[in-house]
Amino acid sequence: MSGGHSTYSPKTGIGRWIDARMPLPRLVHDSFVSYPVPRNLNYAYTFGGILSIMLVAQILTGVVLAMHYANDTTLAFQSVEKIMRDVNSGWLLRYMHSNGASFFFIAVYIHIMRGLYYGSYKAPRELLWILGCIIYLLMMATGFMGYVLPWGQMSFWGATVITGFFTAIPLVGEWVQQLLLGGFAVDNPTLNRFFALHYLLPFMIAGVVVLHVWALHVTGQTNPTGIEVKSKTDTVAFTPYATIKDGFAMVVFLAVFAYFIFYIPNFLGHPDNYIEADSLKTPAHIVPEWYYLPFYAILRAITFNIGPIDSKLGGVLAMFGSIAVLFVVPWLDTSKVRSAVYRPWYKLFFWLFVINAIFLGWLGSRPAEGAYVIMSQLATLYYFAFFLVIMPVLGLIETPRRLPNSITEAVLEKNKSGSAHPAGATAAPETRG
Amino acid sequence: MSATDTSEPNRRDFLYVATGMAGAVGAAAVAWPFIDQMRPDASTLAASSVEVDVSSLTPGMSLTVKWRGKPVFIRNRTPEEIKAAKEVPMADLKDPVARNANISSDAQATDIDRTAGEGKENWLVMVGVCTHLGCVPLGQQGDFGGWFCPCHGSHYDTAGRIRKGPAPENLHIPNFQFLSDTTIRIG
Repeated sequence: MSGGHSTYSPKTGIGRWIDARMPLPRLVHDSFVSYPVPRNLNYAYTFGGILSIMLVAQILTGVVLAMHYANDTTLAFQSVEKIMRDVNSGWLLRYMHSNGASFFFIAVYIHIMRGLYYGSYKAPRELLWILGCIIYLLMMATGFMGYVLPWGQMSFWGATVITGFFTAIPLVGEWVQQLLLGGFAVDNPTLNRFFALHYLLPFMIAGVVVLHVWALHVTGQTNPTGIEVKSKTDTVAFTPYATIKDGFAMVVFLAVFAYFIFYIPNFLGHPDNYIEADSLKTPAHIVPEWYYLPFYAILRAITFNIGPIDSKLGGVLAMFGSIAVLFVVPWLDTSKVRSAVYRPWYKLFFWLFVINAIFLGWLGSRPAEGAYVIMSQLATLYYFAFFLVIMPVLGLIETPRRLPNSITEAVLEKNKSGSAHPAGATAAPETRG
Repeated sequence: MSATDTSEPNRRDFLYVATGMAGAVGAAAVAWPFIDQMRPDASTLAASSVEVDVSSLTPGMSLTVKWRGKPVFIRNRTPEEIKAAKEVPMADLKDPVARNANISSDAQATDIDRTAGEGKENWLVMVGVCTHLGCVPLGQQGDFGGWFCPCHGSHYDTAGRIRKGPAPENLHIPNFQFLSDTTIRIG
């Protein structure tokens, strides 16, 4: 789908005048109107669009909240309460922003899982995948720093524990931590810089999103069959087909989001963050936000020394490693078949991976003691084995199912065996494959 | 072709290298203040010493003061606690180093080297920050009657030495001195 020749033809004089000088309307037309997308995309493919509107929603609510927030340790907690009680519609904007972060992560996890299931990372989409991994890293940094801003107990102690990771680095660890904190402990300089960076990073995310979408439009989308687009009958135009489908998915997603905002706005938060930060008193049980829990479980699973690496550094390395491994997934998967639809064994291990990741999340919310530690270690083992052992080995020994010759063939085959749909090519362009 | 294929460096080559060098040095010089500003500032460093009146601490009492944004535990230990700490064989210690900033860095974690020293063995002054990931341990709790960190389950004994759990080191002892029998200066 790359280098597709442009079908844009401006109809008005002013349109032609602009097109000859700065063809932005042409770019939009070619990218979001006439752009061909595989005809068999299912709803798993709508989360890219959902993520875009979540990013915009977070930036909009965030900019407005920043107008009422006081970035100082003596004022921050009170100013957030002021937003909740005094600022007009402040409660709504803050709940949109705090729940928006959670829903942003729900969408990104589904988006990543979609990529892993349909093999979206395979050649020629390695850079597209890596750009996505960078966006995810930036999201995690942004989410973490945002959570510090209300200056509650979990904000403070979460920041203390997370910046404490860096002290595990041999020799320079302490110095690096002080550089991050701007002091010897989490304090006003830390809050100031976290606020500045929390405001900056979303725009950096937006920048990488542009690269991500650019890379996507060079290679074209994957699709549930994993077979590349071969002819015109394999695709439909972005507008109206994908636009409507994305739009419908967004509305459903936002309806669930709204339910959380209006009925259970604090369900995903932690009550301790409504207690102001106290540097002399640690909460009994520190837990990060839910979207970091699997990684927190991995951090705590390493309770033993590995050769010269002590348990603390080992935990930190395992935690960062669990994200770093995503970057090399395109080269770990040796299978020539892209989609899990045609890979019976991979499909099984994939769903085990999903269950295991959720299980790790649950373990991250438990205290690190007794049987939870052993379960965390086993789940961590599977997490890494999935990428480092199963992906490379399975691609060599698995016998895939027969692949259809084209997307069109896959769609028609399915229609024949499924419902009594007419076999007409574009009669049911939204058919799932 | 004239200037580009001579084997001798010419004036353009010199300008090219000189400009590149100046650019690289300039970029590094500009980058440094951007990194340097992140370090603890003068006011943070200035607040690096506190004086504490400990006259009200009878044996068995503790005081927590804030120093450099971190809690410092000052404990007047009971004779039983001192006895318990002294009886621990060195082989039982996870971290055999004293971690005491007032004495040499390779000193052993004996009870005496963890305290204010000869004659003041009842005084324990430690940074109240778990050496694992920085939580504040709770006093007189845990399996060894010393400190217990609720975050990830590290147990410290009555001399603040790590005995069980993920923390790698004994609780750190900051620079401090007795200005008089009842006043301690930390930092």
